[in-house]
Amino acid sequence: MRLSYPTSIKIIRVPCTGKVDILHILRAFEKGADGVYAVGCMEGDCHYTSGNFRARKRIEQAKALLDTVGVGGERVEMFNLASSEGPLFAKIATEFVQKISDLGPNPIKLNKKHAA
Amino acid sequence: MKANTSSRLKKVLSAGHLAVTSECGPPRGSDPEVIVKKANLIKDHVDAVNITDNQTSVTRMCSLAACIRLKIMGLDPVLQMVTRDRNRIALQSDILGAASFDISNVLCLSGDHQSFGDCAQGQNVHDIDSMQLIQMVRHMRDDGKFLGGDDIKRPPQMFVGAAANPFADPFEIRIPRLAKKIKAGAEFIQTQCIYNLDKFEAWMKLARDRGLHEQIYILAGMTPMKSAGMAKYMKNRVPGMDVPDALVKRLSDTPKEKQAEEGIKICIEDIQRLKEVDGISGFHVMAIEWEEMVPEIVEKAGLYPRPEIK
Amino acid sequence: MIVADKKPIEEIIEELGTHEKILILGCNECVTVCEAGGKKEVGILASALRMYFLNQKRDVKIDEETLQRQCDHEYLEEIRDRVDRYDAIVSLACGVGVQFAAEKYFSTPVYPGVNTCFMGATEERGLWTERCQGCGQCILARTGGICPVSRCAKRVLNGPCGGSTDGKCEINKEIICAWQLIIERLKALDRLDDYEALSPLKDWSTDRAGGPRKVVREDVQP
Repeated sequence: MRLSYPTSIKIIRVPCTGKVDILHILRAFEKGADGVYAVGCMEGDCHYTSGNFRARKRIEQAKALLDTVGVGGERVEMFNLASSEGPLFAKIATEFVQKISDLGPNPIKLNKKHAA
Repeated sequence: MKANTSSRLKKVLSAGHLAVTSECGPPRGSDPEVIVKKANLIKDHVDAVNITDNQTSVTRMCSLAACIRLKIMGLDPVLQMVTRDRNRIALQSDILGAASFDISNVLCLSGDHQSFGDCAQGQNVHDIDSMQLIQMVRHMRDDGKFLGGDDIKRPPQMFVGAAANPFADPFEIRIPRLAKKIKAGAEFIQTQCIYNLDKFEAWMKLARDRGLHEQIYILAGMTPMKSAGMAKYMKNRVPGMDVPDALVKRLSDTPKEKQAEEGIKICIEDIQRLKEVDGISGFHVMAIEWEEMVPEIVEKAGLYPRPEIK
Repeated sequence: MIVADKKPIEEIIEELGTHEKILILGCNECVTVCEAGGKKEVGILASALRMYFLNQKRDVKIDEETLQRQCDHEYLEEIRDRVDRYDAIVSLACGVGVQFAAEKYFSTPVYPGVNTCFMGATEERGLWTERCQGCGQCILARTGGICPVSRCAKRVLNGPCGGSTDGKCEINKEIICAWQLIIERLKALDRLDDYEALSPLKDWSTDRAGGPRKVVREDVQP
């Protein structure tokens, strides 16, 4: 299909979104990521039965935590789509990057620069 | 029963009369007139008056002080004591305090959990349970001793009561639990409000089968329904309550302004039916915040006048 | 095991005040099993705190460490050589570990990072329920192996109380009445007759009532 999506996204492949730990998400923000989102299979279609549900819970957990520490829970999201939905994948990527751009950079990244 | 008591309730019961008791909730304040007024409404129609002990865990004037008021008025109070708020030191101490005023009836209860009341964040005590409270009072009276073993000078002369719920779960222990209270030393029982008469009569039969009715005076708990709404609330919300659908329907089918009257009528009919049940020694008429109706109920149920007791 | 629950991060932040070098100290035992204070939770809390302080433009050093246990001298000693690098410790161990760490490192403030709840079992992942209050005089032999002290809201020894309805406790329909369980178990063991035996007044002097308790075992002392 040769669809294009923003180059600012770094894709990290995992065997299942169930593998995505809250620590992975938090560390990404600590290291300066402006936003993180997980793309899992459609709900009910998980090869491992409930991996994508677990991922969603962790995303929710991360949202709450990021709100608490002032980074902002809206910087993390979960999406579900099938592997055949390339155009949707590109659309989500574009929209999420747009949303993060609108939010501006991860606040702690800026402060880290100050501290350094 | 060897105790030499001033309990009118005990005298009425041991003379073989059907006893009538009622209850008054102390006020949420320190005005003594509230309790005096309530007592005056019912004093000629009952043998003894229970004073509740911070019922539903809502803080009120203490049961003991209100009992003293009644005693001074010449009534026979039943001191309700829950094990929720006091440890064994305080319970023994309060019993002696009550005895010093010759308050001679005590009803031993565990008490509603504090989460229902106005101090839900408070600690509860439950040093001993209601069954052990019965044993404790009997020990103080019969052995004339404190729990610690020392002699009590002028031991309390308490007529010892307990509550029973004929409809409680689990079913298999309804009767064993009554037997256990008798074994602990309870001398009279005031039951939970009875609305399901068939089920209550079945319970009484089981009690009779074990001869329990000969070992303890059973006073049937009666509470008139004020409205269909109250019946529904009691059915659905109050733990351990058995309210038959037929009763709810009868009240619901009655026009709203006549429901209170109908509730009183039902209560009277129920007492009349239960008067005939072998093993029932009396009635505990709990007209909750409706004490003024007690005389009418007692009179129309044929329980008035109350016997003269020396 | 001892079951603990997470403390809100806001509360921990509040307690930490102006400290600048903080060690988050986990424990590999009970609090790891109940997912409140193990290595994983240490990582999450540390990460969150780092982000929080950075966001506040504060230069606070947050380190992570998880010990095998915090309720034994030998494991707590493992951090002795580096404790001076920190001006505060947040212990994610149970209340025992927090206090033991505080006793050992007397001049370093130690803050609790969890709420210690009870002694209980893992019924399923994410669900822990109470089983024991450590009253010091076990009566389980008499109660069909079900503890009314820890599982009855009124710790009634001759139950059930009048509030038991449909096998549930009066305080909450989701709590099973301990006495319902006891009676069912006695029935299953064909010992329902035992129900009528009166349970005597309990000696609470071995419970919290008797003051701080200790177990002395001369046979195993060095």
